[in-house]
Amino acid sequence: MAWLVVFFLLPLLFVGIASFMTRGAGGQPIQPWTLEHYQRTFDVFGPVIWRTLGFAALTTALCLLVGYPTAMYIASRQRPAVRLVLLFLVLLPFWTNFLVRTYALITIVQREGLLNEWLVRLGIVQDPVQMLFTPTAVVLGLVYGYLPFMVLPIYAAVERLDRRYVEAANDLGANDWRAFWRVIWPLTLPGVVAGSMLVFIPAIGAFVTPDLMGGTGGLMIGNLVQSQFRGRGNVPLGSAISMVLLVIVFVGVLVYARWGERSDP
Amino acid sequence: MTPAVPSRDPARDGVPQDRRGALRRDLATRRLGRVLGWAVPLVALAFLWLPIAVLVGFSFNDAASVSTWRGFSLRWYENVFSSLAGGGSRFQTDLLLRSVMNSLWVAGVSTVIATTLGTMFALAVARGRFPGRRLFDALFYLPVVIPDITMGVSLAVFFRIVFEAWQQWTGIRLVSGFGTIIIAHVAFNVAYVAIVVRARLATMDPSLEEAARDLGANDWQAFWRITFPILFPGVLAGALLAFTLSLDDFVITFFTAGVGTTTLPLFVYGLLKQRVPPEINAVSTLMIVASIALVALSLALQRRGARRSEA
Repeated sequence: MAWLVVFFLLPLLFVGIASFMTRGAGGQPIQPWTLEHYQRTFDVFGPVIWRTLGFAALTTALCLLVGYPTAMYIASRQRPAVRLVLLFLVLLPFWTNFLVRTYALITIVQREGLLNEWLVRLGIVQDPVQMLFTPTAVVLGLVYGYLPFMVLPIYAAVERLDRRYVEAANDLGANDWRAFWRVIWPLTLPGVVAGSMLVFIPAIGAFVTPDLMGGTGGLMIGNLVQSQFRGRGNVPLGSAISMVLLVIVFVGVLVYARWGERSDP
Repeated sequence: MTPAVPSRDPARDGVPQDRRGALRRDLATRRLGRVLGWAVPLVALAFLWLPIAVLVGFSFNDAASVSTWRGFSLRWYENVFSSLAGGGSRFQTDLLLRSVMNSLWVAGVSTVIATTLGTMFALAVARGRFPGRRLFDALFYLPVVIPDITMGVSLAVFFRIVFEAWQQWTGIRLVSGFGTIIIAHVAFNVAYVAIVVRARLATMDPSLEEAARDLGANDWQAFWRITFPILFPGVLAGALLAFTLSLDDFVITFFTAGVGTTTLPLFVYGLLKQRVPPEINAVSTLMIVASIALVALSLALQRRGARRSEA
């Protein structure tokens, strides 16, 4: 227990303290106290914070859009073996290294990649399109990385769903559209909320994907933090940015906890 | 109103004129739902697997390209393996091998420590009666929700401050290395192990332990004879999770590693950041095969364990 306190809470406390200190000649934090770094975080890096939130929200929405039907499809297979194999197919990429997966995606979307090759060959575009190092590439990479996180909780929720409720709704005259929104969706909402948090939270703190796939227009908070710690850097500023990141994540978790409680019947 | 099983043509089913439009719309919704119901999952699976398939396929490409096929070749694999046989290679195989060894070493040590601490932690929070128990309970989930980068940065700052203090105090200069990486990995893995073990603990019937005590077992015996065997699948699952997370971690290692302690993810990152060598496809394929083998092995072990506990 002491371990967690010493190597987990104490470091966080240090970062919190460092974020209120002045930057020394070597980038290290020194006295006196100041709020300068927080001010700078919001003034200079405000756009990056908003962009990060936007990317994370878009990633979550896309994951939900693709993940929900996928989870639904898998959960509605009759044979358990088929369900297991499909679920395995969704989860297996998750067990391969994140860097390798990101690289695999890069090989597809890069300028000399397969996607461009076929777009040109099929005559859809004249010249290869620059896709890598754009914001689109970052969102694509994030969706690619976190999609399994969305599928799994929704799958669990759909599988628990009693199919007779849907039949009952149909019998009572609801068409598929109404049966979905009035019965299936509310009953699987806890899975949707859980999946969304599991995608949104890591997407906010993403570093590898924007680092490898984003250009200057695809930078996220994680890259800002890292760049302040590289070389001599600016430890207090980096600390302030990561404290802001932490607060954003905590707000997300709190919203989830509240929402989760309410959606529990 | 009870809708009959609808045929394609509402008019034939004797549906009143004013309801035909609505029924036609309902049927269209159903058809659309059916198409989207299999098309979207198909796209999702293709999206997840296509890049990996392309990567694996083109690792056997004779050319260094990942888009134009020039014929089958094992040359990239030969480059990766040739220096093992003593032949000179352009590729830094020795570095690759050392990074694999480093990764296994870090993952092994941190898994053992994290599993022990995490299990104790889970037991303490579930069984102990001490003030602030609920706070500690919440503390579990902190390392899970905190972004990797925040954790990496905070540990980097922490080690820097501790090392400086240590140098002023004793005059000995400490540097980041295996020690710092292992501490960092244990720091996040403890929480994961504790959560998994707690889940198992929650399903355990406490009267079993009471029964053991009633039959004359002391605390020590009751734990090792009753509690631990029941908890074991949870402990094993936690250890496997910790091992995988440790092998896979890049961000936290990135901030706590020193010189000469490159782990496999750090090595791969280095390759991706420089001019990407064509051998990386072969290396990635080997990594994918290794991780699939690892998952298959752990599933087989779990299945055997499950069968034994049934018997």
